[in-house]
Amino acid sequence: MSGENFLFSVFALLTCGGAIAVVVSQTVVRMAFWLVISLGSTAALFFLANADFVGAAQLLIYVGGTLVLLVFGVMLTASGPYMKIGTSAGETVVAGLIGLLFLFVVLSSVSGVKWREPVVVSAENIATGAVGNTLRPLGLSFLGARPDLSVSEPDQAGRTGYLLPFEIVSIHLLVVLIGASYLARAKRRAEPVDQAA
Amino acid sequence: MMFAAQSIAQFLGSLGGWEYVIAAVIHAVLLVHVFALSPFAFIWLERKVSGRIQDRLGPTRVGGLFGWLQSLADGIKLVQKEDLCPSAADSMLFRSAPYVVCVASFAAFMVLPFSHGWVAVAADCGLFIILAILSLEVFGIIMAGYSSGSKWSLFGGMREAAQMVSYEIPLAICALVPVVAAGSLNLGEIGGMQRGWFGYWFIFHDPFTFIAFFVYFVVATASCKRAPFDLAEAESELVGGFHTEYSGMRWSYFFMGEYASMFAVCGIASILFLGGWNTGIGPLDDALYAARNAGADGTGSAALGYLANVLGAFVFVSKASFGVFVQVWLRWTLPRLRIDQVMTTCLKYLVPISCFLFLGAIVWPLLLLTAIGRTSWTSNPLGNLVAEEVRANQIQRAAVSVGASGSAAIEKEAVR
Repeated sequence: MSGENFLFSVFALLTCGGAIAVVVSQTVVRMAFWLVISLGSTAALFFLANADFVGAAQLLIYVGGTLVLLVFGVMLTASGPYMKIGTSAGETVVAGLIGLLFLFVVLSSVSGVKWREPVVVSAENIATGAVGNTLRPLGLSFLGARPDLSVSEPDQAGRTGYLLPFEIVSIHLLVVLIGASYLARAKRRAEPVDQAA
Repeated sequence: MMFAAQSIAQFLGSLGGWEYVIAAVIHAVLLVHVFALSPFAFIWLERKVSGRIQDRLGPTRVGGLFGWLQSLADGIKLVQKEDLCPSAADSMLFRSAPYVVCVASFAAFMVLPFSHGWVAVAADCGLFIILAILSLEVFGIIMAGYSSGSKWSLFGGMREAAQMVSYEIPLAICALVPVVAAGSLNLGEIGGMQRGWFGYWFIFHDPFTFIAFFVYFVVATASCKRAPFDLAEAESELVGGFHTEYSGMRWSYFFMGEYASMFAVCGIASILFLGGWNTGIGPLDDALYAARNAGADGTGSAALGYLANVLGAFVFVSKASFGVFVQVWLRWTLPRLRIDQVMTTCLKYLVPISCFLFLGAIVWPLLLLTAIGRTSWTSNPLGNLVAEEVRANQIQRAAVSVGASGSAAIEKEAVR
């Protein structure tokens, strides 16, 4: 077993073990802790696959952002000191069914993929972003250029990059930001000032 | 030759795959020592500086002349203390929270370059990874505050988390201002670009990076939860904030994490703004650069190249330590802000200021390009895209996207 395979199995086990512990544990904040383990190991798997940018984004968005939000939500809404969640038998059956269906979808799509040979590290592969150094091709494709696609076929479909989706997402986030600060603004009382004086 | 090896793995030669394991262990052990020894030194510095500022001597007994073994004595005392866990606490979360904080600030050192090529993981988006890792620390603090089963810890943890999450935004935006000037997220590349006289440091690149450095430093101080932004753990009010219930070694892990992340954010500041491992003296920097290159490709003395790197690491650590010293100095000089003032400072002042600086940094090269035909007022050939080069880049990029480029252009892209 090579070093990469060994590390892959360690992080894959941590990912799956964390996910199972999320389901099994009863306290919400403990679930969040196990979710950190699971999502952090997923980020490690991305790092292992030379996808540094996706791995860092996974850490920043899911572990640093979403989970903190989740824990805040639990802390602000919980009635007791340690909120517990119990599941009834019916819920377990329904959730199990949905989980099995999802497993089927995942397995069928995994078996449907034509797995390619691993890419060899060469100057051309690095230039086109096929291996390592993915940041520049990523940035260029957000600006509309696709250096990662085959240079020999100029008419290849979908060469236009992701400029429009990127802009739409940016404006969407800006709207969300303004909306959030509008909702969170300090609300002034409607009563006139002279009454207080 | 030991010094000539580009990496430890190369020096070890082929050991059937084991050379990478050994190299990884060596990297990790070195980093653990940096991580463990820097708090050791900075806690002593904190005590000494605070003593001097308050007209005292500070530690004088343990160790030699300046009480420099005080941190070791503290450590021995802390190890001996009982490992307490309150009965109201969620013991699993309570026990693991210090490790989350510790691991988050330790992992940041993985992508922090200490000298030219001296980095455990040379990542293409190193700055992004380091910011992502530093943002994990807040989760350990929430866990500690929540699982202690004490209202003081909970209040402290909530305030701390709100503060750290808010200050992450201006921190990231300010870190992007020199990135706009450099055109790279690779910390090693950014450091290398500032070789030459200190006018080439990115702090002097344009007025926006100059202001951004000071904004970054304020924000970094706050995101390390240092005074004057440390109300969330104010001893006089909240009895220590989120770590009220901790004692002994677990308590000290929080402090190791705090001092290590102070060093990490100051290290990022010194790479982004203050030239990293470059001395700031033009001829000396060029000589060191030449010595490194000659050592690496075998044309010169490898030991000399190695020494040049050692000097670089010394310069880098000095710059970062000076930043830590300034943070300590601020702590014992300025009064504490109230929690609402802490949040107002961030959301109403620092976020808009950093957004403005970011916008200005983007517009600045375009303005200069139309006015004087260069993208920077310094003549730094590395951090300055002159007009011809911009045009050549555009042509090359167009060639790549049209598909008319030959292998030469691809080779060029690969070299970059």
